[in-house]
Amino acid sequence: MSTVQVARSTRASRIFTPLALVVLLALATLPYWGGPGDMRLVAEMAYYLALAMLWNLLAGYAGLVSVGQQAYVGLGAYAFFYLTGSVGMHVYPAMALAGPIAGLISIPVAFAVFRLRGHYFAIGTWVVAESFALGASLIEELGAGSGMSLTPKIVRQVASSRSDRETVEYWMSLGICVIVFAVVYLILRSRNGLALTAIRDSEPASSSLGVNVFRTKLFIYVATAACTGLVGSLIFLQKLRLSPEAGFSINDWTVVVIFMVVVGGIGTIEGPIIGMLIYIILRELLADFGSFYLILMGAIAVLIMLKAPGGVWGLISHRYGLQLFPVGRRLILDKTPK
Amino acid sequence: MEWLNVLIQGSLLGGLYALFAIGLSLSFGIMRLVNIAHGDLIVLCAYVALIVVQGTGLDPVSSLIIVLPVMFVAGYLLQRGLLNFTLEGGLLPPLLVTFGISVIIQNALLLGFGAYTHRLQQGAIETQSLVLPGDIAIGVYPVIIFAVAVLSIAGLQLLFFKTKIGRAFRAASDDADTAELMGINKRHLFALAMAIAMIFTALAAVLFAIRTNFDPASGPTRLILAFEAVIIGGLGSMWGTLIGGMILGIAQAVGAALSPTWQILAGHLAFLVILIILPSGLFPRTRD
Repeated sequence: MSTVQVARSTRASRIFTPLALVVLLALATLPYWGGPGDMRLVAEMAYYLALAMLWNLLAGYAGLVSVGQQAYVGLGAYAFFYLTGSVGMHVYPAMALAGPIAGLISIPVAFAVFRLRGHYFAIGTWVVAESFALGASLIEELGAGSGMSLTPKIVRQVASSRSDRETVEYWMSLGICVIVFAVVYLILRSRNGLALTAIRDSEPASSSLGVNVFRTKLFIYVATAACTGLVGSLIFLQKLRLSPEAGFSINDWTVVVIFMVVVGGIGTIEGPIIGMLIYIILRELLADFGSFYLILMGAIAVLIMLKAPGGVWGLISHRYGLQLFPVGRRLILDKTPK
Repeated sequence: MEWLNVLIQGSLLGGLYALFAIGLSLSFGIMRLVNIAHGDLIVLCAYVALIVVQGTGLDPVSSLIIVLPVMFVAGYLLQRGLLNFTLEGGLLPPLLVTFGISVIIQNALLLGFGAYTHRLQQGAIETQSLVLPGDIAIGVYPVIIFAVAVLSIAGLQLLFFKTKIGRAFRAASDDADTAELMGINKRHLFALAMAIAMIFTALAAVLFAIRTNFDPASGPTRLILAFEAVIIGGLGSMWGTLIGGMILGIAQAVGAALSPTWQILAGHLAFLVILIILPSGLFPRTRD
């Protein structure tokens, strides 16, 4: 008789996890050896990675294919600007509140858009995001159509000199990326994560085994919205200016993010990382070509979806059986006879 | 009397939204394909009409003689050459492929035509109006659009319920795999459905482009309007879509009467309220 063992970590994950920590530490010291341009690029990579991981959790695991996540980037940013500018709150508590506010607003939204299934859910979330953008452009307290700016007084709360501020904001970007990674990772390893993986593979089957599909999806939707709101507040702390078009931009905060996740590999934890790197590399190489580069991005996404729906990481992990982060479970059959 | 006017103008506007929605409704009804690029295809059709008008000197409505066959063929090829391959394997492939197509169309138009707004000129008919009793003036052109919407839907109903190909469409809509066992060529039928959808998309596009300015980024808003009309009316019901479009138009007209900036938002809010009260719309038919 052989014993059966369930393992979570693989050899690759045992090697890769310390490696990832080394890379992270190296990036954390970037302000001491890199220029402000490098810091801006890495900070952008960090917040895009955070958004990509969140969209992946939503679409890849919970099957909630939303094209309206820009709603929560915008809501988080608007909450942050309103709390610091109009209420007079300090930057850090305002940022800590931006996420929960976005999460709170996402609850009634969920009850409306969850009535739509599949593709219609996608467009429904878009309508909601458009409504928030139009709403923000009508409210005088939020600067209406012209938006709001962070005053120098508020910005100086982060740090008084410009270079210190860039360093602190850089660390915040890395920090928020790590927080989002931790949240996604812990959710995937929790009971909810197990339920989520089951829902991803088959909704009826998981439901018949006692998974509360609605509650699990609601939890994921709200958690994702809250984290997206936090990332939104950080992005616009760096941009200093917020308008309805910029805050609720579908192209900047959703289309690009979907590209990353799809190209990298949807429904895997490694996919968004690879997709983000591919996007940034392509953009740095091709940005001079303007519209042409966006056409190419669209074509790449179409091609990947048709020829390799698992994305780049899907191809790699399928071929070599790799898993870099221990979120899955593997069955190990002990062959030694008892 | 002022509100009666708002009601009439809004209902007429709804005819245009119903025309936007026909293509979306057909591709969902028959292929279960939600085409995110639908709005961009409308705008693409408008640009094709613009090229024909500039190239031949025809007026926009006459340009349909060329635009409709061109888009019919384009629709057939799009479905047969690309979209058919997305239909196996769940939710994501069709959604993301049409999303990619949407990005490609928008940027290709931007590359070819720049970000300028364009408009098609049909001449005097654009500004003519009828005066109804009670001093209500309605535009002739919106009435024509509404009539085209009603005739289009009536024509599609005839196609669906009185012809052989219509029976094949309905069979594929109910169960495409079983329909294939009965000797229907699914790939050809789906391509034909998209070709027919593109006919109505092109018709809607030209009528819209005579009425309103358009630019390469106009697509997503048309998609959202079409989508709202379909959902309010109920999936799979063509007449429901017309009613849905009218409700949307009326909501926008009421919003605009209160304050011009409220027009679009009032439409979205009406949609969300109806979604919460009646999740499957007014006249649901198709199950997804």
